[in-house]
Formats: sequence, C-alpha cells, structure tokens
Amino acid sequence: MSRLLEMRNINKFYYGNQVLKDVTITLDEGEILGLVGENGAGKSTLMNILFGMPVIHSTGGFGGEIVFKGERVNIDSPMKAMELGIGMVHQEFMLLPGFTVTENIKLNREITKPNFLSMVFGKRLELLDMEPMREEARKALDTIGMHSIDEMHLVAGLPVAHKQFVEIAREIDKRSLKLLVLDEPTAVLTESEAEILLNVVRLLSQKGISIIFISHRLHEVLEVAHKIVILRDGAVVGEGPKEKFTLFEIAEKMVGRKVENLELPPRKVPLDENKIIMSIKDLHVHMPGEEVKGFSIDIREGEILGIGGLAGQGKLGVANGIFGMYPATGKVTYMGKEYQLNSPLFALKNGIVYVSEDRRGVGLLLDESVEMNIVATAIQAFGMFTKRFLGFTIYDRKAIREHALRMIKELDIRCKGPAQPVRRLSGGNQQKVCLARAFTLNPKVLFVSEPTRGIDVGAKKLVLDYLVKLNREHGITIVLTSSELAELKSICDRIAIVCEGKLAAVLPPTASDVEFGLAMAGELEEVKAHG
Amino acid sequence: MQKRMSLKDILIANAVPITFFILTFLAVLVAKIPILFLLSEIVRRLSRNTFLVLALIIPVVAGLGLNFAIVLGAMAAQAALFFVVDWGITGLSGILLAIVISSVISIFLGWIAGKTLNRAKGREMITSMILGFFANGVYQLIFLFFVGSLIPFKKTDFLLPQGVGLRNTVDLFGIVDGALNDLLTLNIGFITIYIVPLIFVVGLCVFLTFLLKTKLGQDFKAVGQDMHIARTAGIDVDKTRIIAVILSTVFASIGQVIYLQDIGTINTYNSHEQIGLFSIAALLVGGASVKKANIWNAILGVILFHALFVVAPSAGNRLFGQPQIGEFFREFIAYAVIAFALAMHGWRSRKGK
Amino acid sequence: MVNFGSLREAIKRIDIPTLIIVFFLIGLFILAAATKVSVTTLLSDSIVRIGMNGVLVLAMLPTIRAGIGPNFGLPVGIIGGLLGGLIVMQYQVAGPIGFWIAVGISIVINFVLGWIYAWLLDKVRGQEMMVETYVGYSIVAFMSIMWLVLPFTNPEMIWAIGGKGLRYTLTLQNYFDKALNNFLRFQIGKNFSFPTGLVVFFAGSCYLVWLFFKTRPGLAIDLTGQNELYAISSGVNPKKARRNAVILSTVIAGVGILVYAQSYGFLQLYQAPLFMTFPAVASILIGGASIRRATITNVVLGTILFQTLLTVSLPVLSQVTRGDITEVLRLIVSNGMILYALTRTPKEAS
Repeated sequence: MSRLLEMRNINKFYYGNQVLKDVTITLDEGEILGLVGENGAGKSTLMNILFGMPVIHSTGGFGGEIVFKGERVNIDSPMKAMELGIGMVHQEFMLLPGFTVTENIKLNREITKPNFLSMVFGKRLELLDMEPMREEARKALDTIGMHSIDEMHLVAGLPVAHKQFVEIAREIDKRSLKLLVLDEPTAVLTESEAEILLNVVRLLSQKGISIIFISHRLHEVLEVAHKIVILRDGAVVGEGPKEKFTLFEIAEKMVGRKVENLELPPRKVPLDENKIIMSIKDLHVHMPGEEVKGFSIDIREGEILGIGGLAGQGKLGVANGIFGMYPATGKVTYMGKEYQLNSPLFALKNGIVYVSEDRRGVGLLLDESVEMNIVATAIQAFGMFTKRFLGFTIYDRKAIREHALRMIKELDIRCKGPAQPVRRLSGGNQQKVCLARAFTLNPKVLFVSEPTRGIDVGAKKLVLDYLVKLNREHGITIVLTSSELAELKSICDRIAIVCEGKLAAVLPPTASDVEFGLAMAGELEEVKAHG
Repeated sequence: MQKRMSLKDILIANAVPITFFILTFLAVLVAKIPILFLLSEIVRRLSRNTFLVLALIIPVVAGLGLNFAIVLGAMAAQAALFFVVDWGITGLSGILLAIVISSVISIFLGWIAGKTLNRAKGREMITSMILGFFANGVYQLIFLFFVGSLIPFKKTDFLLPQGVGLRNTVDLFGIVDGALNDLLTLNIGFITIYIVPLIFVVGLCVFLTFLLKTKLGQDFKAVGQDMHIARTAGIDVDKTRIIAVILSTVFASIGQVIYLQDIGTINTYNSHEQIGLFSIAALLVGGASVKKANIWNAILGVILFHALFVVAPSAGNRLFGQPQIGEFFREFIAYAVIAFALAMHGWRSRKGK
Repeated sequence: MVNFGSLREAIKRIDIPTLIIVFFLIGLFILAAATKVSVTTLLSDSIVRIGMNGVLVLAMLPTIRAGIGPNFGLPVGIIGGLLGGLIVMQYQVAGPIGFWIAVGISIVINFVLGWIYAWLLDKVRGQEMMVETYVGYSIVAFMSIMWLVLPFTNPEMIWAIGGKGLRYTLTLQNYFDKALNNFLRFQIGKNFSFPTGLVVFFAGSCYLVWLFFKTRPGLAIDLTGQNELYAISSGVNPKKARRNAVILSTVIAGVGILVYAQSYGFLQLYQAPLFMTFPAVASILIGGASIRRATITNVVLGTILFQTLLTVSLPVLSQVTRGDITEVLRLIVSNGMILYALTRTPKEAS
C-alpha cells in the first residue's frame, strides 16, 4: 500500500483562538481512518481544510501542508478537492429533492451530446444524454450493493437511509475518487442500516479507496477502521492501528482533561437530596438537531446540575424545551405544582430563566445598547423599570440606566458605556450581558447553556465564578448545559449525560473520564452489562 | 407519503385555472357575446401575447420567481421600434431590425437586472418589480427629455410641440404595423389567424422545451431548487441566474415587438407598464406558481385570462349597467390572481418549514 | 452641548444616497437663489408638503420595526381613511369638526381592515412585501368597483350626469378643507405662511408613536423585529406583536390620507391611493432607515428631504427644462432609493 494523504503540522486559528495544534495525519491507499473526538475537538475544521471550504480561507487560511499522492497540493476550493479525487458526504444531505436519483448522482457532471445550437453557443447547450447517465448511476449504486434503489426515483420520496447511500453513490461515481470523507454517516441510520453502511465502507476500502470515517459511535469505529486518530482540543492525543485501542481507552482519551479545581465556596445550607424543585418526566422536545426523546430527571433545590453529552444527542434540547423555545411534551412538576410547557411567559413568571447557547441568535439584540439588552425582558415580562406618563406606561430611562450601571460594575462588563451596542463587545462581555439580563429577572431556577462557548480563558473563569456566586449567595438553582466536560466537572454537584435524547447516566463530578466517555457514547450500560 | 393524487388534491392543485374557467364561462353567458367573435379574439391574443408570457418561464424554473423585470425587455423593444420608425425602415426588415436592436439592448439590461437580483436573494420578486419602476423612470427621462435634445430624432411629428420628447402615442401604421401578422394569414370563416406570430410562439415553446433538457436547463433547475447544493456541486450559481434573467429579458423584448406590431401603435409611456402585470397574471391563471411554470400554463393562461378580458366589460355592462365596472373588475382579477398566487406561495413555503 | 465624537459617528452612519440627496438639495437652493425663484415661498410650500405627507411616512415605521419591512400595502389603510372622509361628506358635516369625525371613523374601519390584513400577512411570513403590494393593488381595484356601486347620494360627490358612482376627485371646499392647515396659521412677510395646526398634528403623531414604542406592546414589536427568538424568550407573542404593528400602520395610513386630503383640498378616489405608497416608502428610506430598522428621526428627516426636494425642484428645474421632469425625478429617486435598500448587503451581517 502506498501513501495517499499526509496532512502535516496543521495549525488553524479562528479569531485568535487556536483550534488545531500541529495536527498530523497520514492515510494509505485503501485504508480506513477512524477520526474521533468530542465536538469542538477540531474534526470538522480539519475536514474543512482538507476539502478547501471557503470558511477556512475567509478566516485567514491555515498553517502546515497537505501532501496528496506524493505531491504538495494547495486545496483552495471544494472544486480543487474534487479534482484531486477527494469526496465528502456531509452530515446534512446535499441532494436536490426534485431530481431523480440519477440526476442527483450526476449533478454538474452530466453526460451530454452536442447539437447544432451547442456548436454555436457552447457546451452548456448540449442536451443531456439520459441513457448513459442512468447506466452509470446504476453502476455506482450497484457498486455499493444498493440494488434496491431505483435510479429513476425522485429523491424527495426516498427513505433517509437511501438518501445516505445515494450520496455515497454520487461520490463513488466520480471515477477519480481516491479519498472519501464520511461525516457521521450513521447518525440518521438504524442499527441494521448502519451495518449495511459499514459493509459498504469495507467494500470501498477493498476497491482501493481510502476513507476517513467520523463517528461518535465508538464501537462502529473500532469495527470498521484500520487505524484510529483521536483529537482533543485541537491536538492529536492518540493515534495508531485499531488493535492498539479498546473502547475504554478511546473514551478516556477523547474526554480526558486535567481538571482545574475551582475553589468552590461552601453553601450556607447544605443540599437536601429530597428537596426537589423541578421534576421532569418523559420530556420530548422537537428541536431539530437536538431532539429530546424521553428525558427524565429530578432537579434538587439549590444545586448546580450539569447536563453534558455529545452534539446532536439532545442535551441542548432539554433547556430549550423546558423554557418553551421549542415545542415540548412531557410531565413536569415545578415546586409541587404542574408546570406548563411551551410558554416562555409562564416560565419567566415562575422564576425560570434561560440563557441560550445561541448567544448571538437568541440571547442578544445585537444592535441594541447594553442597557436595553439587560432590561428588555424584565420590562416586557414584569413591567419592571416603567413609569406612568400621559396615561401611558412607558419605560423609565433613568431607572434603566441606574440598574445597567450597577450590573456593568458587578459583572465587570467591559464596554464604552451602557449605551454601546452589544454587537461590538467581545464574546465574553456579551455573555456577561446575557447573565446580567438573566439575573435582572430574579430567577429561582437558571438554565444556562454553553456559557463559555467561544470566549477566552479569562472570561470563562469569570462567567463560571459568577454562576457559582449566584448559586451560593442568592440560592439560585442552576442547570448548566455544556459540551465542555471540564467545565461541568469544575462547578457542578451532579452531571447528567444525555445520549440519543435520553438520560444516559447521572455521574458525580469525581467520576472517571472513562465513565464519562462511555456514557456520552451511550455505551456505559452496555460495557457494564458485558464487563 | 401517498403517491396517487386524489381528486380533491387535483382540484386544489388546479384551483386557480378551474375557478377562472368557471368565472370566464359565467361572464361569457352573461355578456351574450357571439362565440365566434370571442373565438377570433382569443386566437388573435394567443398570437399576440403568448410570447411575452413564455418569457417568464425560465426565471421561475431558475428559482427567481416571477420576473417583474420583463418590463425592461418591453422598454428595449419600444426603444428599438422608435428608432426603426425614425429611420423609416418599413415592413419585415423593420421588424427584424427592431428585434436585433432590442435583443442587444435586452442582453445588457438583463445582465444588469441579473446582477441586481443576485444582490437581493430571497426577495427577487419585489426587487424585480421595483427595478421595473425604476427603469420606467429612466425610460421616461430618456424619451421625454433626451429625445430631440441629446438624442437626435428626425420624425418631428412624433415629438411634443417643443421638439423635445416623444408624444404619448407613436403610430406604427405604414411602418411596421402588422408586418408579421400580414405575412401569412389563414381565414376560417369569421376568424383570421395570423400564422407567423404563432410560428414564433411555437418556435419559442420548442426552444424552451429543448433548453430545459440541456445542461444549462439542468443547471437552472438545480439552482432553482437549492442554491447552496448547486454551488457545492460546482455550478456557478450567480452566473446561471444572470443567464436566466438575460434570456427572459430578451424573450420579453421580442415578445413586445410582436405585441406592438399587432396593436399598431405604441403607447409611449404605458405600453410596457401593463405588460408585466398582464403577462404574470396570465401565467398564474394558467396554473403556474412562483416555483413552477411550463409552456402549457402559459398557453392555457393566455386563453383563460384574455377570454375574461374580452367579455368582462360587456358582462359588467349587462349586470350593472356600467361597462366601467367590468373594466375595474378585470383589473381587480389580474391583481387578485397575483396576490392569491403570492399568498399561496408564502403560505406553502411557511408550511414547508 | 455638542458631542463631536457622536456627531462624526452620526455622519458616518448616514447612507450615501441620503448624502447625495442632501447635496442635490443644497445645489437646488443655490440655483433657486441664483434665479428669480422666491426661496421663502419654497420654504413655505415645503413645510406644507412635509406636514401633509409626513403622517403617511410615519405609517411605515411600525411594520419596519416589527421586521416585516415597509408596508407596501399602504392603500389598505388609505381606503379606510377615504371611507371616513366620504361618510363625513355624505352626512354633510361641514367645517373642521368633520376632519376629526372622519379620523374617528377611519380608525374604527382600519382597526377591522388592519386586523384582517394582519391575519393574511401572518399566513405569508417571508413574502410580506410582495403580498402587501398586490393586496394593495387588489383592494384599490376592488374599491374602484365599490366607488361605483356604494349608495352615496350627496350630489357633490357623485357624477353630475347619470348620477351613478363617485367622482374621481371630490372637493372638500365645503367640508374639512385645510382644517389643520388653517388652524393657528400665521404669516411672516408676504410669501411665508406657517400651517401651525398641520405641523403640530404631524409632530404630535410622531410623539404619540414614539411614546407607544416605549410601552410594553411597543417594545414587544421592537423585540420581535430585532430578534424574534429574543422576543420569544422574553415572553412576547411575536404573532400578536406583528399583528399590532400592522394594525397600527394601517390606522396611521388612514389618518395620514385624511391629513393629506385636507391640505390638498380634495379626496382622490379610484387609482389615486396607489400613488401614495412608493413615495412614502422612499421617504423613510431616504431618512436613513433600512428595510429592517427605522426610527422617528428617519421618518422626519426623510419626509423633510424628499418633500423639500420635490417642492424645490419643480420651480427651479422648470427654469432649465420642462416642469414635468420633477415627476420623472420623483419616480427615479423614490424607486432608486427602494432598490438601493433592497439590494444592499445588510450592515448587520458581519
């Protein structure tokens, strides 16, 4: 086997944050590389670099070099990647629903035949030659064993799994295909469908096509890959033939982190395990990409509960569902009474406040001032900061200003003043504005999602400290949802791991990385059961 | 998902043409218009208007929606005809010259329109409409104030008394009036059929059918379905959209030449304005939507829409004793059909999410 | 106290087209001074036109702030306003009191019309601007039929001969003509008269709307327009907020056309309502609004710039060329402005 691809010493910065650190991977012809890592570990960024995605080049390019078939190459656009023979099956489907399977497989690579007009006006006026297109599509489908997919069927009516295979067939059909990247190809498949897909992957490998297989289902990776690369925080933390690894080791390496122990201040009143402030039973949340399918947990009064899990597993859906941002069903009891889902106003009125993971999309009015961002919800929901004027109840600039100045001081929000639009603040300061807004609403239970995403280290600590302060000094119950396990471990009393929309495990912050890793992959139970 | 459409689905999917058919049918009954007269009118309007309506199809396929900017093509055609009139080139050669000049102008205008619409993705229709209004302003500036002053114009009887600016109507009589119509006619009793414009229409139908089977047509369809996916597959989305707008504008200009040689006079400041509205309404009446249109929608639409157009005034007169009511009514229908189609589009695309 | 830093910021934020129009306007005034045109008359006329058009421009504010763009369906509200005026004429309520009654009636009618209109717009989220435009056209065509068949009988309103249907333009001379313009009107010198009532009414309307946007329902509209998800997470029902905005816009449009009519001296029926929309949209955009953000300042500034431009250009340009060039100019400026607003890449996109 000869060397196909080498990505050497890849470095990448996003807005001053280093997201890839000296990453080197190599791949031989026909080899299957399993790429694993938590979200944010750098997998997508690495693949985006390999595929020449515009997002890489619009953010300053990358450091390091790519060697393909022994030659240094400069992949500056997806077209270039395709020309080299690199194909990618994206997580979201890249299929046109109104076209047939054939038309999709041959999209922009149609077979045409010349005619009178095309000789005058150029190739684009050549007629499509459906028959050979159809034959080639058929061949591509047969190659991956998908004899049952009708190549003339409209994609719109196909089952999800078939769409996935059509995508693969399209890549196969590119005759020059040397390397295929599969990004979470089994995420939408049932177990038996996933099994078929793994067989297809093996088949392709036998045909000499190299594969980069990205999946969070670790057992699949172990089953199909020849070698495994584990990324964590943008660096390679484990690499080698798959025989070198066990499920445990992968899980541990994937999440393992030196935990900085925050000095947590003591509670005035110790936690009472039996004092339940909110009890969630069988929660379903219809949040695209973060579906919750029957999640249950009891939240204890005064605790900091962490919710962790991999992306797409539904951890973000929980808070969104409870607060009413996405349609939810289930039985929730709050302070002994029935809790009304799907009404943010009800939530607010009952002291439940939510700080969204989507800071810029949900949490802020980007073009509004710092002060309006802090108080708008309080005015709207509770009529705080208002006064009577000419028979109108209008908001009171003076009261708003006073409160805003107080919050700016308390949270150390670095801004030019309360009137500055929040768009120009740094991520950390924007997050502080979100927290100030939440605190202004006098929460009893505060749901905070991904509070430290995309902010620098110093601000991270401040944000977490503030959450602890709210918890200890004001007795606010906090539900912290985060992709960063270290963060959860540092301040939470308990950590719930969500997998496939359900509660996978509730672990103490002192639990081992292996346990967390397995719980996230949904295999803690399995491993426990089978030893 | 059910594959077979029930009768109810078919009725709902074709609600607009069916409603329109009933409406027209009732109006015909009320108006008591001789059926032969109606038939001859419809045949004439088919040869006169269909080309313009067909010009709208490509942008719909390419995902730009209804191209209100076809008025740019209409303006180009009028500009070309003014000069043909000025140079006194008569008959078929005048028409052919007008077609060539207007096509050249339209390619340029279509390119600008395409560029503009590419900057307004997601709100192409309103932008194309405003673009039409804006162009109308520039058109008026040129033909009211520049012609005769900056732009020389010899036929002074078509100019306003001060010698600057075109009059409200420019007569094509004796120049290119009926130049295509009269080449070849077929008389069946009371009905006169103008063969040549119909050949143009059929020619465009054939060309559109051909075009949609080419690589370019496939790209139109791909871009029309999902720009992002098309771009990822390596299709130059912006360029493809510009080509769609250029083709539409050029066809519209040829259509307007055909239309005007049939009418015989140019309403200098109005002819192009109504074209956008009536062509779009006709296409929608034929069962097209903002996302789907074919040549049959265009043909059926012209027949239904213009049948109502012919009978509405007399129907209004019979019902209310005022022909004006019928005129307002057909105008209302034109607008309401578009409003309805747009509302359905908005409603569907919301439901789809 | 002038803060130069914020002044520079403000200038930087002014759109290029707005700047062009400002310079064009200054040029026109210089030209006016150079020719024999009386600048004081121009100013006086400008003020009247600003007052009579301003309320219609104000009607654009609520829908823009609710995030559904300028209200291209302005004719809906205008129809309600016209109906108010027509009813007053039918019952022969003479004098300025008729104006206030007409306003009252139009508000009631437009509340209902606005409600229905808002319901429709909610069904077509994302396509509002197009649907608005064609609903506007449709209602104007429909009402043209209604003007012919509605049972109005006042001989001053219907066609003299035949006696069926309303006239194209109805003179308000014996009704509420200049009801606002002449209220506390005063004269300075020979050529300058100040329509106090009109200006006060416009200013008052702006102030009321400004106050409204400081109340909770007003804030709800703002939040919905700026970030619907933020609004939801603040307990706002965005549907309701948008509905309120559309109703408010429709009601203001009705009042606006009555203000316009009393100053103009005529009620214009049939096609006329169509010609009010685009200048109003253009005005607020010229004032610096975008199709997603607008303030009262944009309304006032835009109305002043656009109307002054139209008033001044007519006499000044007619010295150079035919006067009807201003009509063409209006077309180009207003549609060019809207086109610019539609095609510019939003500043917000970072």
